[in-house]
Amino acid sequence: MTATGEIRPLQRSVRIGRVSAIWRPRAVAVAASAVLLTLAISILALGIGDFIMTPDRVVATLLGQGNASEQLIVLTVRLPRILTGIAAGIALAVAGAIMQTTARNALASPDLLGVTAGASAGAVAVITLGGTASASGFLREVGVPTAAMLGALLATVLVLVITGRTGLSGIQPLLVGIGVSAFFTGAVSWFLISAPIKDAARANVWLTGSLNQRSWPEFWPIALSILVAAVVLVPLAHRLDSFQLGNDIARSTGVPVARTAIVLIGISVLLTAVSAAAVGPLGFVALMAPHVIRMASGTTRASLFGAAAVGAFVVVASDLVARTVLAPIQLPAGAVIAIIGGPFLVWLLISQRRKTSL
Amino acid sequence: MTSAEILELQAQNVSVTFGGGEPALRSVDVTIRPGEITAIVGPNGSGKSTLLRAMGRLLRPTDGAVLLDGVDILKRPTRELARDLGILPQSPIAPEGLTVVDLVSRGRDPHRRWFDQWAASDEDIVNLALEKTGMLELAHARVDDLSGGQRQRAWIAMALAQETRVLLLDEPTTYLDVAHQLDVLELIQRMNTVDRATIVMVLHDLSMAARYSDRIIALSDGEIVADGTPQEVITPAVLATVFDLGATVILDPLTRRPHVLPGRRLGAHW
Repeated sequence: MTATGEIRPLQRSVRIGRVSAIWRPRAVAVAASAVLLTLAISILALGIGDFIMTPDRVVATLLGQGNASEQLIVLTVRLPRILTGIAAGIALAVAGAIMQTTARNALASPDLLGVTAGASAGAVAVITLGGTASASGFLREVGVPTAAMLGALLATVLVLVITGRTGLSGIQPLLVGIGVSAFFTGAVSWFLISAPIKDAARANVWLTGSLNQRSWPEFWPIALSILVAAVVLVPLAHRLDSFQLGNDIARSTGVPVARTAIVLIGISVLLTAVSAAAVGPLGFVALMAPHVIRMASGTTRASLFGAAAVGAFVVVASDLVARTVLAPIQLPAGAVIAIIGGPFLVWLLISQRRKTSL
Repeated sequence: MTSAEILELQAQNVSVTFGGGEPALRSVDVTIRPGEITAIVGPNGSGKSTLLRAMGRLLRPTDGAVLLDGVDILKRPTRELARDLGILPQSPIAPEGLTVVDLVSRGRDPHRRWFDQWAASDEDIVNLALEKTGMLELAHARVDDLSGGQRQRAWIAMALAQETRVLLLDEPTTYLDVAHQLDVLELIQRMNTVDRATIVMVLHDLSMAARYSDRIIALSDGEIVADGTPQEVITPAVLATVFDLGATVILDPLTRRPHVLPGRRLGAHW
């Protein structure tokens, strides 16, 4: 039927009271699938270890119907570790999604830009220089995240100053990131060499990026930061769409560009730093998760919620693989992510190159 | 004061200097009259785009101010200003895969609140903007798949959906063949006559500027050297001063507007 004058609605929208949004069925379905997959892998991960439990026993235990030993294994031993993984995955993925969209560069992610390396240098500095191995635990608990934050901020300022001269397009930020990363990696090596052997050993464990031995003290700082980020991002997220059209159009359509960019990058740095402070530098999650959700949803930018779900899945799944594949040896989750992430980055570079060399 | 005296967009004593070099604009004073189409012309590097971008708050003047209805535009909240004043930069680039309707919807940004992302009125306005620009059939096409003329119409549709009283356009016909230049300029003229939008545009083609604008401002070396109706500005004398161009100006028998026949360059230039 080719009725003339018939106006087909161009966008379907949803309205609940005063709240309205454009309805994108595919994006919603993809995000919902990612959440379900994360839930499934988490339940699986809660059941797998030295003491194996079936998923239905895990669910029963989570609902308070497990016996004493099941409760100990699931709620006390494994749950905090997996929640820390979920939180770190969310934080890294959201940090990456914000960075990519704000910089309008598919390769801009906190780890490739050297922000993660900056956080590492800060954290290792406190672990190794902040006193001997007998220094009080409290200083370390407060000191490591703060130092990671300062290191990440320092790296960000460096990157912004340098890219201010080189430009933010194409492969430039990546090259700047390599330089900044090299600088902070050098600093880390220096701290490790000059530190007492006990401190150096502990710093080395932290540097592998792992969920081993991680529990509530690591979980809460990330969870709190995600909450803060969510409060800031909910009203700001729609501005990311304007950012994609370039600074001029964003300003012309009413976005205070400089102020918004500073807040967005600040949130991205905060999330990267707290996650690094808690579980060490987990590379590639911030780069991969936004691209996966964007391509799966068929949208022009990664939705923050969808990226968060993918990030959580990647970290929990990698940790599960890391601690089971060579059991009883526990690999760091970061190693597994790097094995997938390395080829992904290569593929991304090749496809980017095709697009930009018109 | 009668309504005819309301001063819409006004550049007061605006100077712009980039990084310690020669000033790109030297104390420019200009008042854009509401309801008119004003074209800014001049040779490359004369400061046309700089003036337009300063008036569109994309550039902070080194000295002087730009006023909209008497208020400094840099002192107004960005979102509120975006409901009155829009600017389309030269050759904007859409993100890969963005559809036309999604692009045009961005024009509604300054009108909506974060919890109210898509009101029924937004839908109607976007629909109308697509219809007016002839982009309704291409609503779901990807912007990066469009031809140059279609792409420019999509961006203009976005500006139309923004519903600003004043719209500034930086070389809206760049890279378009003559037929598509006409399409875009006819569209801009309709925005002016039908939607009562005040238009300021930077144009390279002098005959097109003469044909489609009420007023032409000619810039040279960051200063206004001529300002008036097309008949007043597009003259051999002005063209000689501004472009160092010897030219014959004839009257287009169809439009009754001046038409430039370029002759030869005056003096040596390299």
